[in-house]
Amino acid sequence: MLEFILERGNYWAIIGLMMIGLYICFAATNLIKRLIGLGLFQTSIILLYVSLSRIDGGTAPILFGKDYGKSDHASDHGETVDHGAAEGHGAYDAAGPYSVDSLEHVYSNPLPHVLMLTAIVVGVATLAVGLAIIVRIREAYGTVEIDEIRAMDLDVAIAEAEKDADQARAGAG
Amino acid sequence: MIETIASLVPAPYAAHAPALAVAVPMLLAPIAAFMPNGRLAWLLSIFATGISLLMSVTLLAQVRSLEGGAVLSYAMGGWTPDAGIEFRIDALNSMVLLLVSAIGFLAAIFSWPTVVAEVRAAKRAMFFAAYLVCFTGLLGVASTGDAFNLFVFLEISSIATYVLVALGARRDRRALPAASNYLLMGTIGASFFVVGVGFLYAATGTLNMAELAYRLQPLQDNKAVLAGFAFIIVGLGIKSAMFPLHQWLPNAYAYSPSFVTMFLAATATKVAIYAMVRFLFSVFGLEFAFEGSSLIWILMPMGIAAMFACSFQAVFQTDVRRTLAYSSVAQVGYMLLGISIGTAAGVSAGLFHLMNHALIKGALFMALAGVVLTYQGTSLTDLRGLGRTSPWTMSAFSIAAVSLIGVPLTAGFQSKYALVNALFENGWWWAVAAVMFSSLLAVVYMGRMLEAIFFRAPANPNKRHKEAPMLILVPLWILAIANIWVGVQGGFVAGLADDAAASLFIGGGS
Repeated sequence: MLEFILERGNYWAIIGLMMIGLYICFAATNLIKRLIGLGLFQTSIILLYVSLSRIDGGTAPILFGKDYGKSDHASDHGETVDHGAAEGHGAYDAAGPYSVDSLEHVYSNPLPHVLMLTAIVVGVATLAVGLAIIVRIREAYGTVEIDEIRAMDLDVAIAEAEKDADQARAGAG
Repeated sequence: MIETIASLVPAPYAAHAPALAVAVPMLLAPIAAFMPNGRLAWLLSIFATGISLLMSVTLLAQVRSLEGGAVLSYAMGGWTPDAGIEFRIDALNSMVLLLVSAIGFLAAIFSWPTVVAEVRAAKRAMFFAAYLVCFTGLLGVASTGDAFNLFVFLEISSIATYVLVALGARRDRRALPAASNYLLMGTIGASFFVVGVGFLYAATGTLNMAELAYRLQPLQDNKAVLAGFAFIIVGLGIKSAMFPLHQWLPNAYAYSPSFVTMFLAATATKVAIYAMVRFLFSVFGLEFAFEGSSLIWILMPMGIAAMFACSFQAVFQTDVRRTLAYSSVAQVGYMLLGISIGTAAGVSAGLFHLMNHALIKGALFMALAGVVLTYQGTSLTDLRGLGRTSPWTMSAFSIAAVSLIGVPLTAGFQSKYALVNALFENGWWWAVAAVMFSSLLAVVYMGRMLEAIFFRAPANPNKRHKEAPMLILVPLWILAIANIWVGVQGGFVAGLADDAAASLFIGGGS
């Protein structure tokens, strides 16, 4: 049991970070802190993907030694219409020059790293837009505390409702 | 008609239609941002959305010309699907593409007068650039066949949407907290989705959706796959405003610029629902036992709860745009209910309602944009007497309103009828009762508006006879007439939905 838990240490760390981030997102009243929580949440996802790509004894995914210099014959079926979806399946498993068995060394999986580069870009863009919106909130409301903003909005909403009711009476009369 | 339009496109372009539909608005967006004035950017966005619409029609014709079960597969950049990203167009994709690009085109045409009124001159070019980016993202989600690519496009459209919503601050500063709230919820939703995709990748080693569907079949009981399924459904549930996860929607719709509300209401949640359908029925498939129970225990109760709770909330709003926003969540409930039946008829009814609801809410919010433009107000009292002062705008509004209620001879009736039929076939008569009751609530909240519009004296005597400008009226009436056309002769749209559902149940699952 203990071994089961310890073997998966990275996942526990990721789950912990993820939950802390999510909690900050909902519990913090300061909008900047909420964005920090969001950042933590997204970072934990990056860690999740990166730890997925790890293979025991695997090195950085750059071909070297005998693996280097193999030519690629794999991709010469480029038809655009895929009739009868079934026959296409499993084609990706076929042993190409870079299938696992034909390589001399063990490499870790590069794909999750590439995906996370994209996710980092998305995260940065989100953070930038979020901060820009918070700057505008500070200009419009004079505060970045969500409960104060809510109180102000409530006042406005009540005033609007009263004005509406007045108009309704005037219209009926 | 579809085939004649498609035949106008030169063959070399038609062969690359899946890429062009997405790439043209994407490449024109930065150009629009650097246009010296807003009008040029506006014309450019009409051009870009028009090209996308043309390409979507071409794709529809191409998909229809394929024999049963075949799928149009486009290898992005010539990289085959095992290494690269595949754009995979079947009947469902082409339907959603047509919906988004048609609404996007009409929205682009109608946008100019409202943007002039609501966005500062210096920001207009950037505004249209953000609109094109959002449009690109939605089309990308609808055409990609790669799970991670879907996340990227989802975020492209969402980030642009946050910007667009926040631009409502000029009219009402409450747009800013709404946008920040939407940003938090939306990002959490997308992150959940990407965690789910990560689990699926860990279990199968692929991100291509067709390949995922194939490799997931022997992994029905894998814990990672189950967790991935849950994460994906919750993430897309946030994006599509599934009932308890809809809190971002009412404020975002109520305070964003009129044009943005119209475009989002008609497309954004629809595309998220498309993604959910895609994962439910083609990636996981009905044989996935966990899914059957999640349809019955999650989607169906949440759909019905949305129909009740949000219709009630809609009744008690004083702001018309908030009423319609809550009504949107309720209508998402109808779609989820249809999908949760899990039969071809049910999914087809859900998708049919998805198309019709886009027509309905597009027309309603477009008419309201006209009201905002001419009378600067969206509370219920502001609508009073408008039936007399702007009859053209308001008659289109009321056509869409009765369509939302589901009066016969309108689009809303056709899809609710299909939904009720599918429910009866499955023996869920109590769900039929829920649909009926929720429609009665729609009579109440839409009836309040129609009463104010046609049977009350104007609350503000200064309101003169003032129609919305032609640029709004023409797209508005196109949508209104589409509502009646689908209602009288629903064959075309119903056929699209049927084909889409059939493609999920025949070709996609294998």
